[in-house]
Amino acid sequence: MAQFTRRSTNVPKRSSSSDFLVIENLSKSYPAADGSEFVVLKDINLAIAADEYISVIGHSGCGKSTLLKIVAGLEPATSGSVQLEGRKIRKPGAERMVVFQHYSLLPWLTVRENVRLAVDEVLIHASASDRKRIVNEHLAMVNLTEAANKYPDELSGGMKQRVGIARALAVRPKMLLMDEPFGALDALTRGRLQQQVLDIWEHHRHAVMMITHDVDEALYMSDRIVMMTNGPNATIGEILEVPFPHPDRASLRELPEYQELRNQSMNFLDHYFD
Amino acid sequence: MAYRSSLNIIAVAGQATWKRARPILIRDTVLLPALGFIGVVLLWWIVATFFTELMPTPMQALGENLDYILHPFYRRGPGDLGIGWLLLSSIRRVLIGFLLGALVAIPVGFLIGMSRKALMILNPLVQIFKPVSPLAWLPVALAIFNLADPSAIFVIFITSLWPTIINTALGVSSVSQDYLDVARVLEMPRWRQITKVIWPASLPYIFTGLRISLGIAWLVIVAVEMLTGGVGIGFFVWDEWSRLNLSSVFLAIFVIGLTGLVLDYAVGKVQEWVTHRPARSIKV
Repeated sequence: MAQFTRRSTNVPKRSSSSDFLVIENLSKSYPAADGSEFVVLKDINLAIAADEYISVIGHSGCGKSTLLKIVAGLEPATSGSVQLEGRKIRKPGAERMVVFQHYSLLPWLTVRENVRLAVDEVLIHASASDRKRIVNEHLAMVNLTEAANKYPDELSGGMKQRVGIARALAVRPKMLLMDEPFGALDALTRGRLQQQVLDIWEHHRHAVMMITHDVDEALYMSDRIVMMTNGPNATIGEILEVPFPHPDRASLRELPEYQELRNQSMNFLDHYFD
Repeated sequence: MAYRSSLNIIAVAGQATWKRARPILIRDTVLLPALGFIGVVLLWWIVATFFTELMPTPMQALGENLDYILHPFYRRGPGDLGIGWLLLSSIRRVLIGFLLGALVAIPVGFLIGMSRKALMILNPLVQIFKPVSPLAWLPVALAIFNLADPSAIFVIFITSLWPTIINTALGVSSVSQDYLDVARVLEMPRWRQITKVIWPASLPYIFTGLRISLGIAWLVIVAVEMLTGGVGIGFFVWDEWSRLNLSSVFLAIFVIGLTGLVLDYAVGKVQEWVTHRPARSIKV
C-alpha cells in the first residue's frame, strides 16, 4: 500500500498554451456499502494544451475511464475542479466530444444519420446545405462514404469506431475524449485506425485525451503519457514526455529512444502490477 | 480462357451448394412440419374410427366443411354468413380494441418508465388488474354500453393494455446508458432526448408488448363472442357446438390458429419496417 505515494510531481509548468484544460485537485469517491467512502481518484492535477495529444494509461480499475467521464461532464467530481479555457466544467458539452469504447452508435439510424444527428444537434446555426456538406466531408474523411446508408449492425468493429470518430469530429469540438477507442478491435484494424486517427488529428490539432492500456499505442500517438497508479486512491504516478515530432511517426519503433521510453513505461506499469 | 474457367468454377461451386442445401431446406421447411400435421390427423382418424359417436373422421369433417372452405364469403340471409365474414368481423373487433389499447398503453408505459413517481402510483394498479381475466370486465362493459359489439371491443381494449404498458415501461427504463450519454454529450434538450433517443431505443420492447397484447386479444375475442353472440368466429364455434356440428368446430379451431399466426407475423413485419432491425420471436 506504499504504492500510493507519488514518485514524482509532474505538474508541468504553466504556460499560456497548456492552460486549455486544467484539472485541479480532482477527487472522486462513491459511498461504499458499509457507509464509508470508496475513493476512486485522489488529487489529480493535470494541464493540457489546446493542441496536445495526451494518453492516460494504467491498469484496469485504476479509474482512468472515470477521469475521462468527469472531464466529459458525464459524472460529477467529488472535489476539485476541471476547467476548460478558464470555465469550470459542470455538465456534458459538445465542445468536448466523446469517442466511446463500445462505439455507442444508435442502431436504428444509418451511418449517415448517426453523424447527421450529432451535426443537427450541435451546429444549429449552420444552414441545411452546410450541415449536409459537413456530414459528407467527415464520412469521406474516415472512408465511409460507401457504407453511409448501412445500419451499424451491418458494420465491422473498425467501421463502427470510424463512424464514432466521424460523429465526434463533425461537431467541430475543441477537445476529443477517447475512451479506449481501439480496445475492442483486432490488431490489424487497430493499427490502421490508429494511423488514420493520427492523420486526421494532424490536420485538426485539437486537444485529445485518450484512455488506453496499450503502451505502444500511447507512445505512437501521444505527446505526453499520463501514467496512473492503481486504484483505489488512484492518482497520477508519472508523466512521460514523448519527444518525437508529430507528423511521420510511422518509423518510430526503430528508434532506440522509443525502446527506452517503452521500457520506462512498462517498468512503471509492472511496478503497479498486482 | 482463365476467365471462363473461373466462371465454371463458380457455376460448379454454386451447383454443389444448391445440391447440398436444397434437400435440407425442403426437409426442414416442408417435410418435418408436415409430419407433425400428419401425425395429428392420423391420431384423430384412429380415435374417430373407434369412437364413431365422439367425433367425425377427418374425411367426414372435410366433406361437411367443403361448403365453408370453398365459399368463405357467401351471404345467404341475415345471420347466415360465410366463415370469411365471421373472421373479418372478429378481426375488426380485435383491431379496434387493440389499437385503442395501444393508444393508451404506450403513453402510460412511457410515463411509468420515465418517472419513479408515476411508477409508484400506477404500478400497483397494473399489478392488480393484470392477473384478472379480461372476461371479468364483460359485465362491466355490458352495464356501460348495453350493446354486445362495443362491450366486446372494450374487453379487448382492457386485454391489450397490460402487456403493452409493462413492456413499454421496461423498454423506456432500460435504454442503454451509452445512448443517453451520447444525447447528453450532444447537449440534447430533454424533449428531444425522448423523441430522438428514448423512443426509438425502446421501440423493440414496445413491439414485444404489442405482439403479446394482440396474441392475448385474439385468444380472448373467441371467448367474448361465445358470451355476447352476434357475428363472429367465437360465436360460430359455440353455435356449431350447440347444433352438435363438431366438424365445423374443428374447422374453426384451425382457422383461428392460422389467423393468430398471420396477425403476429404482420406485427412482426411492421416492427422490422419501423425499427430497421429483425424482429425477435416471442414466447408467451
